[in-house]
Amino acid sequence: MAIRERMSGNEAMAVAMKQINPDVVAAFPITPSTEVPQYFSNFVADGVVDTEFVAVESEHSAMSACVGAQAAGGRAMTATSANGLALMWEILYIAACSRLPIVMACVNRTLSGPLNIHNDHSDSMGARDSGWVQLYSENNQEAYDNMLMANRIGEHPDVMLPVMVCQDGFITSHAIENIELVEDDKVKAFVGEYNPKDYLLNKANPISVGPLDLQAHCFEHKRQQAEAMKNAKKVILEVSEEFAKMTGRKYGLFEEYKTEDAEVAVVILNSTAGTAKYVIDQYRAEGKKIGLIKPRVFRPFPVDELTAALSKFKAVAVMDKADSFNDAGGPLFTEVTSAMFAKGVFGPKVINYIYGLGGRDVRSTDIEVVFNELLKIAETGTVESVYNYLGVRE
Amino acid sequence: MATVFKRPHALIDVPLHYCPGCTHGIVHRLIAEVIDELGIEGKTVGISPVGCTYNNYDYFNCDMVQAAHGRAPAVGTGVKRVNPDNIVFTYQGDGDLAAIGTAEIVHAATRGENITTIFVNNAIYGMTSGQMAPTTLMNQVTTTSPYGRKPEIHGFPIKVCEMLSTLDGAVFVERVSTHDIKNIMSAKKAIKKAFQVQMANKGFAIVEVLSACPTNWGLNPLEALKWIQDNMVPFYPLGNFKGKDLEV
Ligand SMILES: Cc1ncc(C[n+]2csc(CCOP(=O)(O)OP(=O)(O)O)c2C)c(N)n1
Ligand code: SF4
Ligand SMILES: [Mg+2]
Repeated sequence: MAIRERMSGNEAMAVAMKQINPDVVAAFPITPSTEVPQYFSNFVADGVVDTEFVAVESEHSAMSACVGAQAAGGRAMTATSANGLALMWEILYIAACSRLPIVMACVNRTLSGPLNIHNDHSDSMGARDSGWVQLYSENNQEAYDNMLMANRIGEHPDVMLPVMVCQDGFITSHAIENIELVEDDKVKAFVGEYNPKDYLLNKANPISVGPLDLQAHCFEHKRQQAEAMKNAKKVILEVSEEFAKMTGRKYGLFEEYKTEDAEVAVVILNSTAGTAKYVIDQYRAEGKKIGLIKPRVFRPFPVDELTAALSKFKAVAVMDKADSFNDAGGPLFTEVTSAMFAKGVFGPKVINYIYGLGGRDVRSTDIEVVFNELLKIAETGTVESVYNYLGVRE
Repeated sequence: MATVFKRPHALIDVPLHYCPGCTHGIVHRLIAEVIDELGIEGKTVGISPVGCTYNNYDYFNCDMVQAAHGRAPAVGTGVKRVNPDNIVFTYQGDGDLAAIGTAEIVHAATRGENITTIFVNNAIYGMTSGQMAPTTLMNQVTTTSPYGRKPEIHGFPIKVCEMLSTLDGAVFVERVSTHDIKNIMSAKKAIKKAFQVQMANKGFAIVEVLSACPTNWGLNPLEALKWIQDNMVPFYPLGNFKGKDLEV
């Protein structure tokens, strides 16, 4: 029987880590992810996990220690946010290219500057091309479930890539909600042992990790990384199916909410999807045909599936909680629209809203503004402005 | 009528946001008094850290730059190199200076940057709610060392003054404390000298100030002061490590 509990998103991630019982956790505190390693260090102190917990002096060292631990054949995990993730940057790429399936809890926070501790997605969006698998979570349950699946995805022999599980700082990391936990023994059986093919100090097969790789092979090296990311899509679906058999909770590449007959839809990551669902229910009661697409998997980017799903709408608003400062649109918008163009999906009119930067509250009335605009576009067929800001003072 | 008490001009007249019994406020006041006494308010630039004092730019009546966590000595270096006539000080906690910013402080001192660092050591990461810092004492309970700091798990505390005084570029190094009036008076003297060293273009100066974090130590303000005296001072000996007789 699943365990019914109530806890914050941070505690949920820490509990998942406890159940996974990794070999090494190396972390440096940063709001709002601090609680994850803090809960975990208590598990270590109480002897309920076998993990080596290293209170390193910075995130740069945290990720470096994870690289060393994972290269040595162990399972390594960490947690961070914002500037902590930024300080890991150099090592994120090294972890990915060294094919070390480290798992990170990334509690999304605005990347400085200006200095701000509240939620947006500028941290993980900035790391989107570092070669990590990225999973996004709407609430504590999804954050927990994604953490439980992360090792299986990253460690699959066809993948061997690090995985970042994201949830919204404070909004879900600190909000206490109901949750269904999986029993320890089931998690243990599901996650399994980590037995990498190559690891350090294997006398039978000595290796070097992360050596110099110049013109002769670097390109092929990167090409293999790209292939691994491609493979990740299939693996994510397989692991999610197995997870659904165990828990009854079904996850795909993205969630569709009330899209079957929808004429317009929004595309939103993480917690704001919950607000959008509320608005959709209200509008549907008035007979308005609106829906939501909530990407769970941002890396790899589900080009085929997402564009097929979007093709049925008349108008779509892609919502970005990060700006690209490119005079063109936020990161999710540019990815979605370029995928649609490449796949020849020209039907829907697509607009972009940058929203919630620096933790600006996003209310249901803000989401209503977006749906009203979409319904107008669906009716008239005209887009007045493609690149928009929601809820900002101008 | 003689004025016996006056708020230093270099300290803006607003309530500080620190917890009751936190000695960050005392250290702020000492720096402000020194700025007043040396008449350098108009040319002083402070570098704010990341930590509980991240917004001390709201308190000091001088221009301030907010540095990323640990980078204050590097930012200060830049400010000072552009205008060597400015008096540049960094204000840093033990997490900022002795954890994430260890490289910056060591290398600012190594280069002998002509700046002044006020290093507030409260043996904990105050801002992020009490995790173990490199300066956390043996057996000290923190949120990441719930049964106390143990050498086999957490290693040993770092003694910043002792370490920096091995560097030729660091010309003035002193450790002081805030746990009673006498020590606060000595702290002010050291801080003043550290600014004077810079004004005389002598090189890098640092004052480590042992400071209380009653909130994360789980003590009341009085107990916290006593804790500095009973636990921190024996491990972090007070006094001058370098530059005592430096002419300024
Ligand atoms: C790159 C980065 N990592 C982590 C943090 C989170 N953080 C903010 S303050 C702090 C610790 C501050 O401790 P200390 O310097 O001792 O200052 P105190 O609050 O104790 O005065 C940490 C880890 C950050 N802001 N940036
Ligand atoms: S948490 Fe500690 S260091 Fe921070 S203001 Fe409170 S007492 Fe001072
Ligand atoms: Mg401190």
